[in-house]
Amino acid sequence: MAEYNKSEAELEAVFQQKIDSEQKIEPKDWMPEAYRKNLIRQMSQHAHSEVIGMQPEGNFITRAPSLRRKTVLLSKVQDEGGHGLYLYSATETLGIARSELIAALQSGEAKYASIFNYPAQTWGDMGAIGWLVDGAAIVNQVSLQRTSYGPYSRGMIRICKEESFHQRQGYVIMMELAKGTPEQKQMAQDSLNRFYWPALMMFGPHDSESAHSAKSMKWKIKRETNDDLRQKFIDQTAPQIAYLGLEHPDKDLVWNEEKGQHDSGEIDWEEFYAVINGNGHSNRQRIQHHVKAHEEGAWVRDAMSAYKQKKSQRKINADTAA
Amino acid sequence: MSLEKLELFEVFLRSKRGLDHKHAGSLHAEDKEQALEYARDVYTRRSEGVSIWVVKSDDICASQEDDSDSFFDPSDDKPYRHATYYDIPKEVGTM
Repeated sequence: MAEYNKSEAELEAVFQQKIDSEQKIEPKDWMPEAYRKNLIRQMSQHAHSEVIGMQPEGNFITRAPSLRRKTVLLSKVQDEGGHGLYLYSATETLGIARSELIAALQSGEAKYASIFNYPAQTWGDMGAIGWLVDGAAIVNQVSLQRTSYGPYSRGMIRICKEESFHQRQGYVIMMELAKGTPEQKQMAQDSLNRFYWPALMMFGPHDSESAHSAKSMKWKIKRETNDDLRQKFIDQTAPQIAYLGLEHPDKDLVWNEEKGQHDSGEIDWEEFYAVINGNGHSNRQRIQHHVKAHEEGAWVRDAMSAYKQKKSQRKINADTAA
Repeated sequence: MSLEKLELFEVFLRSKRGLDHKHAGSLHAEDKEQALEYARDVYTRRSEGVSIWVVKSDDICASQEDDSDSFFDPSDDKPYRHATYYDIPKEVGTM
């Protein structure tokens, strides 16, 4: 294509102009290597999060307290697997193989959302995860619908559409528990207490500390900063906690009339970095389980390729016979 | 090459950057490069597209309309996959 006869600087100018005028970048377009790398990092991390995110909830499918709740949970976990597939496929349009992405996850080179390194301990956690964890993810993903890379943007639009039920089913679990016996209400409070802060951490470090933010904003991979997205989530969650009649885990939370938003307490960043760096409660278990599932599934992949071989051999035999 | 030997290609157009390619129609061509040029001539005479995909029709594996009842049936009885299945009070805002 003519575009490729230009110098690197000219190509980059054309690329940035597309970004600045809100045009999407598509797989066959020229893009700076750092843009491609940055996208692979973010999109694969997103895909890994969907897949690893199946574990804490998958753990409760056999323990759901009714058949209806079991089918709902099963559907949600199934969606997360599907979303992982959309995102892996979109990442592959950048010229990287699925097997490389999976290898990076299993070696610990690639990250996934730290929230999934917190164990799910009670049925209340199924409520808190849907409501808070999916809620935080949705705030982020709604913003990413406007990301500059076409396949990522379209994936986000599809995922947001499918995901709206995830948060609502979680909140319904919380409403049921909050209206239940004192023990049930306590269970809801306990789940809220354990998941609220890790949910805030999902938006990443403060903008001033974020390694990838500036470039990502310039290239419009990210459309809003970590802190702005986190503020949105804090503001939308406050009335939801109040409605449940539960105590807010952030004792410093106050409405700031002047700013039109809440002032809030500081996150425990030490915990954030400890979990990211592999020392959360469940880091090792999550990856071990992924490796185990992958290895135990090897016979399925082998069977598929044997079947394919058998079929093509049959076709060859039939063709020579004919 | 006789007309019968020409292959059938399906044509997909992206009308604007950022949107999906959509099926526009099909055409006959001798190979994929030709198909792409024909598609440009036939399907984008009024700037309908910024990008074209051509795919050999034979390479498309399609579900059968007649089987659609049983094929799509598993998702019919799962209303809980929709957000509207869950009643959320107005006071807590949109969710």
